[in-house]
Amino acid sequence: MSAFTATAAVLPRTSRIRLRPGLILAGLFVAVVVAAALVPQLLAPHDPLAIGAEGAFLPSGGGHLLGTDESGRDVLSRMVYGARPSLVMGLGATAIAVTGGTLLGLAAGLGSRLTESLIMRLIDVVLSVPELLLALVVITLAGAGSTNAMFAVAFASIPSYARIVRAQTHIVRRSTFVEAATGLGIRRSTVIWRHVLPNAIRPVLVLSTIGVGTAISAGAALSFLGLGAEPPAAEWGDMLSNGLQYISNDWFLVAVPSVAITLTVLSITVLGRELRRRSEGRST
Amino acid sequence: MSSLLEVAGLTVAFEGTRVVDGVSFTLQRGECLALVGESGSGKSVTTRTLVGLAGYGAHVHADRLRFDGTDVTGFTDRTWRRVRGARIGFVLQDALASLDPLRPVGREIAEPLALHTTLSRAERAARVRELLESVGVPEPEVRAAQYPHQLSGGLRQRALIASAIACDPDLLLADEPTTALDATVAVQVLDLLGSLKDNRSGLLIVSHDLAVVARLADRVAVMKDGRIVEAGTTDAVLQDPQHPYTRALLAAVPSAHAKGTRLSTVERPTVPAPAPVLDPAPGGAPVLAAVGLRKSFPGPDGVARVAVEDVSLTLRAGETLGIVGESGSGKSTTARLLLGLETPDAGEVLVDGTDWSALTPEERRTHRRRLQIVYQDPLSSFDPRYTVDRVIGEALGVAGYPRGIRRRDRTVELLELVALDAGYLGRRPLELSGGQRQRVAVARALAAEPEVIVCDEPVSALDVSVQAQILDLLADLQARLRVAYLFISHDLGVVYHASDRVLVMRDGRVLESGDVRTVFADPQHDYTRELLAAIPRLATHATPPPTPMGVS
Repeated sequence: MSAFTATAAVLPRTSRIRLRPGLILAGLFVAVVVAAALVPQLLAPHDPLAIGAEGAFLPSGGGHLLGTDESGRDVLSRMVYGARPSLVMGLGATAIAVTGGTLLGLAAGLGSRLTESLIMRLIDVVLSVPELLLALVVITLAGAGSTNAMFAVAFASIPSYARIVRAQTHIVRRSTFVEAATGLGIRRSTVIWRHVLPNAIRPVLVLSTIGVGTAISAGAALSFLGLGAEPPAAEWGDMLSNGLQYISNDWFLVAVPSVAITLTVLSITVLGRELRRRSEGRST
Repeated sequence: MSSLLEVAGLTVAFEGTRVVDGVSFTLQRGECLALVGESGSGKSVTTRTLVGLAGYGAHVHADRLRFDGTDVTGFTDRTWRRVRGARIGFVLQDALASLDPLRPVGREIAEPLALHTTLSRAERAARVRELLESVGVPEPEVRAAQYPHQLSGGLRQRALIASAIACDPDLLLADEPTTALDATVAVQVLDLLGSLKDNRSGLLIVSHDLAVVARLADRVAVMKDGRIVEAGTTDAVLQDPQHPYTRALLAAVPSAHAKGTRLSTVERPTVPAPAPVLDPAPGGAPVLAAVGLRKSFPGPDGVARVAVEDVSLTLRAGETLGIVGESGSGKSTTARLLLGLETPDAGEVLVDGTDWSALTPEERRTHRRRLQIVYQDPLSSFDPRYTVDRVIGEALGVAGYPRGIRRRDRTVELLELVALDAGYLGRRPLELSGGQRQRVAVARALAAEPEVIVCDEPVSALDVSVQAQILDLLADLQARLRVAYLFISHDLGVVYHASDRVLVMRDGRVLESGDVRTVFADPQHDYTRELLAAIPRLATHATPPPTPMGVS
């Protein structure tokens, strides 16, 4: 007679809230970026546009924690002020893309067969061009500027959202609860608004958090190419392209905006993926 | 001589919760033991533990766990792999989910042979044919090359059994092997399982249905909350149950009950005792009628498949019409035609004398309220974002209750009508049990104040005791509200209990119809007789029942 106790591998369960250190760091960093975007004047030690009297290319330390750039402007302050255009770009472009994608996806998912194939073939064509390239095309046609850059980035990511919404719409419109609502005698438009739309865009809302990060880096890329924010304004992509001219003098001018962009995109993506992981865990 | 299987003090816990709590039993060679219990009783976990598949995060403890005299408590996964498939075969409930969809079934069946024997490829192919033949699959060569989705449910289950017995296992475990099958097919599969058991092998069958195992098992162990509450020979347990839970389970089986009596033994003070069964008003105008319905759908090959052919029926207020038939018989399509969710190719559906097709789309929409439906799977019929309050509130909006206190009061009233209370208002469907969800679904149907409720397999997904409560609830509501039911089910026991009149359907046609007592007592059609013969009965070992359903 033998007694025994065996323990099989205990896997982390998705339902339990388990805060990994990476997640906490990402959350903290995003909080700092949001704070910088909302109240830069509280966080930045100097005016980001003020040309300093102490001189250009100052090393870090002293009155300027991260030194000064070629015009003697405080790099830290410019980095802090750069958070707002980046976030506006990320959130704005994603909001436009999600709205456009949802409308197109719903129209395709609910419309006639002809409407659907027209929309979807158009989307296939657009999807075959890389997103950044497409954004470049749009901005070339519309002209440079931060608002145009935002619309360009948004336009380029509409197709991927539209595809997801269409697929979800197909699932939801055939679901039993939509039939049940129809069976109650509720108007079709009401059923779509109450049941189809909210359930079809659920996965998109989660995915869009990851999209915010992508849009920020795309926006920075456009600014880097001189197609986004107008030069004197503090913007990470613009700071990067500016600093590149002086990389042999002062590599710090390149490093600071690069790190800012990388960490922001990384943190937002980490949070977005966690959100997606949880929503998938719950739905099954 | 040692037992084939010896289990003592088996405990399985997940994250501190004991799912199986000190289970002990033995199984001799040549014997069939049945583990019976409702969902969550721990019967499936027990079975899976016996083949080392308790699952992730499971803490398994046993005082003794012996298979054929060998202590298996210390088995690693590697050792288990040599036993599973070779000496212990495992048949699961859902053959479609258990078979690899991307492989022909023949290759699936050959797999244990390749793993555990030294047969050559040609010998394996021959053995697969032999196996398929032995489990009663016609044209084994053709079937072996087919994919699971190309086979019917019965054939799939047979193929799964063939792969489980491929290596001549000493022990065959069958977890709900017939739950997903039609009644006539289930009987064949049960008989097949019974015939596989010989003098040197044992069969352990797991089921929620006492009537099913009565056909097969020598001994029965009844499980509740992870413990065996009663065990003994099948006759002893079924004829003279000792434990109150066993008695409640037996009482809940509709086929063992008189019509018009309550099935559930659970006390429910909120609902008054049922009124005596009202005779449906024979002279009243039908609230729902169908004449010569026909509907076909294009098949995958483009050729139209007739789903419903020449179906006519009438339904009066306060009456229940049962539709019985196996999968693919056209009963659900008929319901969808009646509800106006599909348009018939020919024939007409009259709701209170008005034809669906004579209505404008707008009139049709306002008409829908009068016919409501309760689905088999209530969970999928609720918007997952909605709370119970909103689910019922939406239906009340249709019945003309504007948002506000009156609607809220009426919602609570409806919840109380289905024996729930205001405490459920804020719950989401996922936070309810299966029975509670079906109660909410009934409340929503009632909220729209319909004349007819179509119940499409409303209790098929529920445990017997919960099924009994829902059937009782439906009967109570009909007695109080005079609502008419169209009751669709593949389960003849349930249909007999719930219906006044019945239609027997097969291949889209009505084979037989009439008063439920007449049809069941004196079936005119061969198929009806076959269906009736397939009803699992509790008293298989006793004398034949004096009345069709084993009751007086």
